[in-house]
Amino acid sequence: MEWFYRLVDTLLPFEWTEFGYMKNALLAIILITPLFGLVGTMIVNNKMAFFSDALGHSALTGIAIGVMLGIDNYLISMMGFALLFALGISAVMRKASSSADTIIGVFAATGLALGVVLLSAAGGFAKYSSYLIGDILTVQPEEIGMLGILLLVILIAWVLFFNPFLLTSVNGDLAASKNIPVGAIQQVFMLIVAVLVTVSIKWVGVLIINSLLVLPAAAARNVAKSMRSYHGLSVVFSVISGISGLIISYYAGTAAGGTIVLVAAVIFFVSFFLGRRRMHVSA
Amino acid sequence: MNEVKRTTCKCSTEIRNLSVTKRDGILLHDVNLDIHHGEILALIGRNGAGKTTLLKALLGRIPYTGSITFHNPEGKLLSHPHIGYVPQNMLFDRDTPMTVLDMLCANLTRFPVWLGHRKQQRQEALEMLKRVGARENLLDKRLGTLSGGEMQRVLLAFALYPKPDMLLLDEPVSAVDRMGIETFYDLVTALRKEHAMPILLVSHDLAHVEKYATCAALLDKTIIVSGPVRQVMQTNAVKEAFGLKLAGGK
Repeated sequence: MEWFYRLVDTLLPFEWTEFGYMKNALLAIILITPLFGLVGTMIVNNKMAFFSDALGHSALTGIAIGVMLGIDNYLISMMGFALLFALGISAVMRKASSSADTIIGVFAATGLALGVVLLSAAGGFAKYSSYLIGDILTVQPEEIGMLGILLLVILIAWVLFFNPFLLTSVNGDLAASKNIPVGAIQQVFMLIVAVLVTVSIKWVGVLIINSLLVLPAAAARNVAKSMRSYHGLSVVFSVISGISGLIISYYAGTAAGGTIVLVAAVIFFVSFFLGRRRMHVSA
Repeated sequence: MNEVKRTTCKCSTEIRNLSVTKRDGILLHDVNLDIHHGEILALIGRNGAGKTTLLKALLGRIPYTGSITFHNPEGKLLSHPHIGYVPQNMLFDRDTPMTVLDMLCANLTRFPVWLGHRKQQRQEALEMLKRVGARENLLDKRLGTLSGGEMQRVLLAFALYPKPDMLLLDEPVSAVDRMGIETFYDLVTALRKEHAMPILLVSHDLAHVEKYATCAALLDKTIIVSGPVRQVMQTNAVKEAFGLKLAGGK
């Protein structure tokens, strides 16, 4: 960590980098925003924005279960519950005839309500309300190490499984004709989303996490033509929103998470108009 | 014994007692059908007769009872056959930022297409397009901007790698102009001759079926009649299903 602090002091000798917590937050953002950009591309492609949102909501119940079991590290209970939750949603979607958004909506509401009820029963919800918005400024050096590992693991999965992910998202029958195990591939993808959401929820927050997953990819989609530019732009938009949002929040005295989302939203609208103009020009 | 029989009969796909039921009823029952190597079998039938259901069963996309077995031309059992599938009107999100090259390469290689494409893969994808008579400049076009005919070619190119043990064509010409139809079928006929590839063709167009298919099977929840295409076309069942003037054209 020391080398990073020195690097920041040399490269970015500004007021906002003077504090250790800002340096930590910066490093955490550098590690985690590329993942939001990367994974977001397939969430948007698969029209799963609502699903990842529901996973975020389920985190509250995960925390509550952790509290009740007396586990210090809520991450384990959150991740365990999120995985069950994701599998539950996909199982019900296969069996039920209701539309996907209804089923996911039911799960999301249940996850959130159950979390609030259990936490309030366990001694007051207020103590855990920080999970709703998250606080990137509280990230600790050992947690940053974990984010580094997360980055590595998801990157490896994204290299190994991306082509099957892509073909499955284009058309399930077509993917199946190439002997791609469509169901298993969808579950691997859900697993990746569940891990990413639960690991980062503490700093990003239940209410904000989905914006970070969806906005950069949605913005990139407005202007990208190929998978490479889609991914490249999504990652760049995500990292830019993260870093500039952090800096702005420091000087404006606002919450970092919300500020980051607002920057991402501005990028989305700019790309939206650029994309439309390009369409008109080419048409 | 069986091996010898298969080599001589050249069965590629054997469908035995295949039934598919859904909550709202029976979609297919007791379907028995053989598809041979080097044969273009046309699957015909009215809307809702279960043609698409049968294709889905062949692709392993829906649960069924009964059995489907695949063999290569030497008679060896294939547990995971390569199926080249050209869907009818492929449902996909036309706004997806994905080029033809992205799609072909995702099938050609494990190298993740979000990292870009190697020169060699680009070359291979180009060869694939040329083989199906598609223009080279399609490679960098977005999938969502292709015309019906262009899409059909790209899907056929996609279906032909790796070399399929069987080709499934679902109404391949529904979105293609007349000129495109002829070239498409010439291509399919050439493939059949060159590779003795078994081809299952789902079609509404009896004129095309008569011209290009070698065999035909009439489906209405089960196989009503099957055999050489001219014989099947003359049966009363087909005439009834499609109306006399269509089937009795000759």
